[in-house]
Amino acid sequence: MLARGEILAVRQASVSLSGRSILKDIDFALEMGEFCGLIGSNGSGKTTLLRTILGFVAPSSGSVSFDGGSKSASVGYVPQKFSLDPYMPIRARDLVALGLDGNRLGLPLPSRGRWQKVDEMLEAVEATPFADQRIGSLSGGQQQRVLIAHALVRRPRLLLLDEPLANLDMRSVAGIVALLRRLSREFQITVLLSAHDMNPLLSVMDRVVYLAHGRAASGTTDAVVRTDVLSQLYGYHIDVVRVHGRVLVVAAEAEGDALAAIERDPVHVAQIP
Amino acid sequence: MTELLSIVFAPGFFTSEPVRTAAVIGAAAAIVSGVVGVFTVIRGQSFAGHSLADVSSAGGAAAFLLGINPLLGFLGMSVLAATSMELVRVDRASERDLVTGIVTGAGLGLAALLFYLDVTTSSTTGATVTVMFGSMFAIPASIVPLALIVGIGALAAVGMLYRPLLLCSLDPDLAAVQGVPVRLIGLLHLIVVALAVALAAITVGAVLSTGLLIGPAAIALHLARRPGLAVLTAAAIGVAATWGGILIAYDSYEWTGGHGWPVSFCIVALIFVAYVVIAQARPTRVRPVLGTARTGVASAG
Ligand SMILES: Nc1ncnc2c1ncn2[C@@H]1O[C@H](COP(=O)(O)OP(=O)(O)OP(=O)(O)O)[C@@H](O)[C@H]1O
Ligand SMILES: [Mg+2]
Repeated sequence: MLARGEILAVRQASVSLSGRSILKDIDFALEMGEFCGLIGSNGSGKTTLLRTILGFVAPSSGSVSFDGGSKSASVGYVPQKFSLDPYMPIRARDLVALGLDGNRLGLPLPSRGRWQKVDEMLEAVEATPFADQRIGSLSGGQQQRVLIAHALVRRPRLLLLDEPLANLDMRSVAGIVALLRRLSREFQITVLLSAHDMNPLLSVMDRVVYLAHGRAASGTTDAVVRTDVLSQLYGYHIDVVRVHGRVLVVAAEAEGDALAAIERDPVHVAQIP
Repeated sequence: MTELLSIVFAPGFFTSEPVRTAAVIGAAAAIVSGVVGVFTVIRGQSFAGHSLADVSSAGGAAAFLLGINPLLGFLGMSVLAATSMELVRVDRASERDLVTGIVTGAGLGLAALLFYLDVTTSSTTGATVTVMFGSMFAIPASIVPLALIVGIGALAAVGMLYRPLLLCSLDPDLAAVQGVPVRLIGLLHLIVVALAVALAAITVGAVLSTGLLIGPAAIALHLARRPGLAVLTAAAIGVAATWGGILIAYDSYEWTGGHGWPVSFCIVALIFVAYVVIAQARPTRVRPVLGTARTGVASAG
């Protein structure tokens, strides 16, 4: 099902949860080393799509194909939600180490190489200062960095990140995005990253998958983030405004369907400066 | 010096055969329980652990009735209960508690029947007390080899599963992404808990085995910051409490006029006291802000 150069293909996939149709005919493919943003407002189905790709949710029709290559754990995943009691005896570095070899049997033998990889990864996501604290006691943004390190440390072929930027401050967002882009290039890691705001990703995205009302439009940013394409996706008129290098997606008139849309998708309104 | 020693260790302590057997089996049970208990607590499966303990009492009662090695009875029932609990597919944590509760109820019901038969056939209530609350100085030395095999087997299993089990316990999704068979690991974990519970049931009794499984692990979580250290700490605390309890119970014959206190009581009491002390000394839990605001100001001034 995969064309040449493709690493992941989602073909006409529909997903229902508890009898409710959540995603309809999602169709896109990612090529090796591509950086793709999965954009949509709250409840648009980003998490559901990522979990479908991971195989946690089975599509009711359509298919997901993934070329895992020869590696055993070739997918990395940063979940949107992660919670652990603050007194659990797991330091940040322990979780990152488990990202490296958590699927291996036997006790971890003391190995300098293992901890060196872990330390480098912690350094890269700027998590070194709290590497020895228990994960449960870290802030949301700190946990997010550790989870990113956990997913990246084994250099997966495909990296799925669910709202990894949501808890980060603005400076950190730029730092993490740049890091992901650099590692993606360096190690040919294909990245699919969900976010409700596409602006921090505009300069790095090779492709965008834009979700609205369970449907998706995909392609390059210029091809998708357009008034006509998004209006068709939403089913009513949408304006795509570019100001100061930022993209704003706004409903043109606060009337009828569009008003309802604003209420459903407050993120889009909030982007108006 | 020697006088002090003879006060702490009442005469005959080191030469007593029952004490030696109790110390060996007790240590094995404490080590396995402490090691496995850390994972059980991280997974939030204390209730399942207690349930296995309850159900294993039916096995203990059956062993009495059949006149077989009681450890075999405990093992049989706890492993059976663990397997049936894990094989029922559940989607939510609340559902898991439900299944656990139902299995516990059925197991205890069976225990009630078997104890009744024990009493009517051998006209003694001793079986019930021994199975439920243990009788450490009456453990036949013939149990030792099987107990050690079970203990070593359980520890070897935890050693093999260490990393996947830890990852599953932290977040099953992260484990699944790395190709870990999450459900199989869950089943194996509960079977190892069943082994730990059976060993502990021989020593402190079926009901009190939860104390040995959860208590030392809970204390260790307060003390250790890394998983490996928590496991070792829990095992050490379990052994210390077990040996301490054996000593206190042995000495208690001196001051109770020859009746003595049950070893299981002494062990569980030591664990409880240790937990209270440690939890007080290291408050890791968040205190309510509003409730303590006033006292905070008062004590500062
Ligand atoms: N288990 C479930 N059963 C039924 N409906 C569900 C279930 N999980 C999610 N949904 C619904 O599916 C829709 C998409 O949810 P999803 O979590 O994928 O959205 P999202 O884009 O990730 O949102 P957010 O930005 O808030 O994370 C929502 O309307 C949600 O109510
Ligand atoms: Mg989501």
